[in-house]
Amino acid sequence: MSVSALPQPLQSREQSFWHALEVLGCYLLGALWILPLLYAVWMAFHPAGYEVRLDLTAPLTLTNFIQAWNAAPFARYFLNTFVLISVILVSQFVICTLAAYAFARYDFRGKTLVFMLVLIQLMIMPEVLMVENYRTMVKLGLVDTVWAMGLPYMASAFGIFLLRQAFLTVPKELDDAARVEGAGPLGVLLKVYVPLSRPIYVAYGLVSVSYHWNNLLWPLVITNSVSTRPLTVGLQVFSSPDQGVQWSIISAAALMTSAPLLIGFLLFQRQFVQSFMRAGIK
Amino acid sequence: MTQGRNQITAWLLLLPAVVLLAAFTHVPAVMTLFNSFYNTPRGVRPAKFVGIGHYTDMLSDPVFLAALKNNAIYAIGTVPVAIGLAMLMALIVNSSIRGKAMLRMSFFLPTILPMIAVANIWLFFYTPGYGLIDRFLGMFGFAERNWLGDGSTALGSLMVLAVWKEAGFFMIFYLAALQQISPSLGEAAALEGAGRWYFFRRVTFPLLMPTTLFVLINAIINSFRLIDHVIVMTRGGPDNASTLLLYYIYQTAFRFWDTGYAAALTMVLLALLALLAFVQFGILDRRVHYK
Repeated sequence: MSVSALPQPLQSREQSFWHALEVLGCYLLGALWILPLLYAVWMAFHPAGYEVRLDLTAPLTLTNFIQAWNAAPFARYFLNTFVLISVILVSQFVICTLAAYAFARYDFRGKTLVFMLVLIQLMIMPEVLMVENYRTMVKLGLVDTVWAMGLPYMASAFGIFLLRQAFLTVPKELDDAARVEGAGPLGVLLKVYVPLSRPIYVAYGLVSVSYHWNNLLWPLVITNSVSTRPLTVGLQVFSSPDQGVQWSIISAAALMTSAPLLIGFLLFQRQFVQSFMRAGIK
Repeated sequence: MTQGRNQITAWLLLLPAVVLLAAFTHVPAVMTLFNSFYNTPRGVRPAKFVGIGHYTDMLSDPVFLAALKNNAIYAIGTVPVAIGLAMLMALIVNSSIRGKAMLRMSFFLPTILPMIAVANIWLFFYTPGYGLIDRFLGMFGFAERNWLGDGSTALGSLMVLAVWKEAGFFMIFYLAALQQISPSLGEAAALEGAGRWYFFRRVTFPLLMPTTLFVLINAIINSFRLIDHVIVMTRGGPDNASTLLLYYIYQTAFRFWDTGYAAALTMVLLALLALLAFVQFGILDRRVHYK
């Protein structure tokens, strides 16, 4: 229920003027917010000469994308990012599901304390502890690997919390019924809890994928070669100011690296927004 | 099933998560404290115990003090603005205005894009003379400015980008909360002849309070955690005018390789985050319910 949705029985001329002004303000805000991205699209699809000349007759071109693609090993970066987010997502699903199940349906000594210790990670994300985590990765001999980028994120407090909340809403009777039929703990989890929580998995998956697609700092610290660098780090290396690359090419590269997320979002906007809402309500 | 077996099952289920969380959150946090009392080993010289030396050094380290001050300005400047805009956006998108889907998309789009990508695009907007902002202001006769290269505008320029990027994200939380508010409240208020502003102030805003507190804490955490745009746009400069705490930690550890001092700096950040945690779980939780 929003304020502007209130019925307005008395619509005098003055009121409708203010109403129109208000609507205009809303559209202006929307236009202002999308403008930077529209401008980036403009730069990316036009020759460099039109970077600051808004001429509607300007020729469209894909040259910027082709030049960006050839200037750095973006194909490899795409592959690296794809591998990274897959490894993280699968591990997160498995690890968080198991832990969430324990918190939702088992009573064990120290449960509250362990749960509090898990929640600490909501505040202290792995990148905050990058100095110490880097040291750990050196000791494990994992520097510059996909595991080094992924391991600190695999046991996600956010995921455990989200799935625990979902599992708590599953009726205990279903659990009991499955056990009577002879299912063990893992059987019950896979046959009852996981299928019933599918929307939460979708929500968590989307949040996780977009987080790790966008993550820069920790991968920047822990990788140093083309064969492991994800897209974000690749873009950072590519567009460093001293490289002297043209703005139109940088725009093309920036859009290119965001393209899968962008296209996914535009196609499944509803699901995206609903998933983020679901993940946010808790 | 016996109680004992249940205990074992529960711990087996928790094992992978507990091991990973301990290895990359709890142990590193404790080790950070431990290492902050030692200086950085150089070559063959091992780390030497320096007690609270790093902490006393900090008090006279102008870059640390600048980072702390900048981070405070950054948080105080971006968080309330982003929250206010997020609330406004949610009200707009939740109203009966035409083209809601387009508006929602335009507000939300910046949040799903990588900060590094949008920071590169905004780098162009801020280009002195040539960039979009100077071109626009030039039409009104303003002189060109080096937005990111001038100490008085560098931090502000980063803050504008941060608000643009984050407001749409927080909008989602408000949108979720608004949809939980019963429409009958609005109908009742309308029958009573309550004005829209009155209704917002007395009904909607208080009902959104738990969301606001939740968003507030997360927004503050983000202001300490996200430094991608600093790396891309200013590298803390000019003359540390836009350095933030985590960026200084990053620089100290991975540019100057002074890990001992970086550990002490990390402790300051951890203390600030612990304070936030205390505020959230200790004080605000009386009003915010996690069911």
